[in-house]
Amino acid sequence: MNQNFEPKIIAFLCNWCSYAALDLAGTSRMKYPPNFLVVRVMCSGRVDPQFVLEAFRRGADGVLVAGCHPGDCHYIEGNIKTLRRMTLLKRMLEEFGIEKERFRLEWISAAEADKFVKVANEMFEQIKALGPLKLKEVNTHE
Amino acid sequence: MNKPKIALYWCASCGGCEEAQVDLAEKILDLVNLVDIVFWPVAMDYKLEDVEKLPDGSITASLINGGIRLSEHEYVVKLLRKKSKLVVAYGACSAWGGVPGLANLYSREEILKYVYHEAPTVENPQKIQPQLKIKAEEGATLELPEVFPRLLPLDLVVDVDYYIPGCPPTPDVTWKAIETLLSGNLPAKGSVLGALDKSLCYDCPLNETKPEKVLIKDIKRPHEVIADPSKCLLTQGLMCLGPVTRGGCGALCIKAAMPCTGCFGPLNEVMDYGGKAASYFASIIDYSDEEEIKKVLGKILDPMGIFYRYSLPASRLRGKITVMRR
Repeated sequence: MNQNFEPKIIAFLCNWCSYAALDLAGTSRMKYPPNFLVVRVMCSGRVDPQFVLEAFRRGADGVLVAGCHPGDCHYIEGNIKTLRRMTLLKRMLEEFGIEKERFRLEWISAAEADKFVKVANEMFEQIKALGPLKLKEVNTHE
Repeated sequence: MNKPKIALYWCASCGGCEEAQVDLAEKILDLVNLVDIVFWPVAMDYKLEDVEKLPDGSITASLINGGIRLSEHEYVVKLLRKKSKLVVAYGACSAWGGVPGLANLYSREEILKYVYHEAPTVENPQKIQPQLKIKAEEGATLELPEVFPRLLPLDLVVDVDYYIPGCPPTPDVTWKAIETLLSGNLPAKGSVLGALDKSLCYDCPLNETKPEKVLIKDIKRPHEVIADPSKCLLTQGLMCLGPVTRGGCGALCIKAAMPCTGCFGPLNEVMDYGGKAASYFASIIDYSDEEEIKKVLGKILDPMGIFYRYSLPASRLRGKITVMRR
């Protein structure tokens, strides 16, 4: 394991639950790794699988998608659509050769700051152990 | 009168694109009245050295099909780029990698090992495998082009002006595209020629039978069901990729009760066809429970082959990452 490797992890967090959980973690002075680059979305249903693929292509070592618990979606069923999409995406990422620890879908409510911190720590540790994704753009055959 | 010059070439493809060009039928006579074809290996006896002798930029348009897999492909497309005013990616393989592009899920070594040694139909006790160079008994050196580690769509190897979609492009699409190319009234660089800017559903004769909200409980593979040809195929559980695929093909498959497999590729705003198609298709599965969702999606045995059938090398990740890493 490369001790100097600092993973870059993109976190798509929904405005109503998971982003609020992150906020709560901050105001409660809980500690989590600073390697998460947060993209706040209005609903986890906004996260197209294309965004996840684009994140990996642009150098992310891991991607976290988090939304409200099933049944709690501000838009009724946006997170259910995410569940369907990400279930399929997970299988495809595996075929792309991306280890399953690098992509996670989690339900984190606005009160679950501790869950956010736990997920963030776990992901950080696992991806640090895996090492960088090392994806480079190819445009020639050299 | 000096007619515009056209070149047609094939790279890693199946020959179906040539078939489609020949399927212009009588129109091919109109075509030769309008243009001089200066290079067309499948049908005409011009050699590569004839192309090399042409002045730079003297070919009006080169229509290139197939992905770039061999050093020979790279050499010829770079040559055609130099000799042509316009380079057009003709067909799915050239535009996005096509079916041969699915090989980007495997390394070159795995592919060669399978093809020459392990495939059940292969008998090769002497373990012969093609070499780049061999010295023949008569003293001559024989050379073969190199197989590249991965297949790339044309636009990752040379600058591409336009795209003609399809596997293969239909004669109608081909003709429309050629008319556009010869009209002198050229669309913006990077445009798709001969097809629509709307999805296949817009063009589909079954569109009226598509409900406002499509939800399905089960996925059917084409051999598992005798489809009702008068009803939207999606509502019958068939995996039709029409909603995310560019229209303009005339809905030929749908008219034969076969679901769209996506050969006209992505619409303009889509950056990863497979990601988009998987997103759309997963979201219409009518279950909320994770296990049920997994069970239904499990009926898609080969998601990469379904959603990236024509576009893996043009996807965000371009193939299996161990294959794409240098």
